[in-house]
Amino acid sequence: MNFKKQFNEGLLTKNPVTVQLLGMCSTLAITTSLFNGIGMGLSVTIILICSNMLISALRKVIPNQIRIAAYITIIAGFVTVVDLVLQAFIPALSENLGVFIPLIVVNCIVLGRAEAFASKNGVLASAVDGLCQGIGYTVALVIMCVIRELLGSGTFGGGLLNGGEGIRIIPAQFPAMQMVMPVGGFLVLGFVIAGSQWLMQHLEKKNKKKEAAK
Amino acid sequence: MVTEILGIIIAALLSQNFILVKFYGICPFMGVSKKIDTALGMGMAVTFVMALASAACWAVNWLLVKLNITYMQTVAFILVIATLVQVVEMFLKKSIPALYKALGVFLPLITTNCAVLGVVLVNVQNNYNFLLSVLNGAAGGLGFTLAIVLFASVRERVNKADCPECFKGFPIALIAAGLLALAFMGFSGLSIS
Repeated sequence: MNFKKQFNEGLLTKNPVTVQLLGMCSTLAITTSLFNGIGMGLSVTIILICSNMLISALRKVIPNQIRIAAYITIIAGFVTVVDLVLQAFIPALSENLGVFIPLIVVNCIVLGRAEAFASKNGVLASAVDGLCQGIGYTVALVIMCVIRELLGSGTFGGGLLNGGEGIRIIPAQFPAMQMVMPVGGFLVLGFVIAGSQWLMQHLEKKNKKKEAAK
Repeated sequence: MVTEILGIIIAALLSQNFILVKFYGICPFMGVSKKIDTALGMGMAVTFVMALASAACWAVNWLLVKLNITYMQTVAFILVIATLVQVVEMFLKKSIPALYKALGVFLPLITTNCAVLGVVLVNVQNNYNFLLSVLNGAAGGLGFTLAIVLFASVRERVNKADCPECFKGFPIALIAAGLLALAFMGFSGLSIS
């Protein structure tokens, strides 16, 4: 098992958001404050690890023809658990994320990993895969949140730091409200994906130079 | 009642557009919007399934409330939607082959479209009755179609544009979608009450 490679894939080269372009509904909709981003990221990570493990454990029992239906049912079960736990213990997060918590069921990342990885690999490897992909998703969400919150409300760490108000960086009269509205979601995601593509092209060039020097 | 109906239609089509304002169904919005005619096909298929799913899930929810197991909503709804999509596919193949040919490829994709599960959950949250649920489903689907067809026509042009290497493909399409969302923000004050 190659943990470092899996981690690297989840975080950069096969990042679920910026490279595989999966689960964009939640990425665009809830990244308006750091609190939402981290909460959503962790919820998806937990669901990914659990569903990956269970699906991997059951991979020889589930008949091939109805596998998608079986996966969706398993995922929906875990999503319901997380939904109820959040409602009971972190009601503020549950209220902010609203319908996007139950919508994790149809988040392509979870079903995608079930089909592409968990159905072919062992339980432990699948758990690691879920963790790595989940971290990649969370990091992408957090980057989106930080940019949108800074430009849109002028704060950092909204919902978490400074008693929930966030630390003010730009004076209240300057921020562009549009950045925390739908428009900002599309624009910022466009720039984040462009940034990650640039970074990967840059790294590839560097590697080639290194090899050429050898 | 009439104002309520009109209000739902206007909200679902313009001021609360499913894609550009509420972000349901971004995956097909980005994935199936390279050509106008495929976008139109996808939009019609989604509208059809959304209206049907709204009706079916209204009944299922009524049953769940009666049995006092509303915590099973997410699981029940997704199973109903998956079954429904399968049934619709088989029914169309058998009885309306022309429509099946037009929608065929898109039908299986709709199960994992958040717009369908999204509209069902919104209906339940707002306590819509049967008529309003179906109406919200159909109008939401039309809003989806409007956005995806508009975006497909923008995208056909954007793809030919000369932009920096790292913006090629998805990033520039997302920025175009952002501008479209900006246009739809103009409708945000629109409401009938």
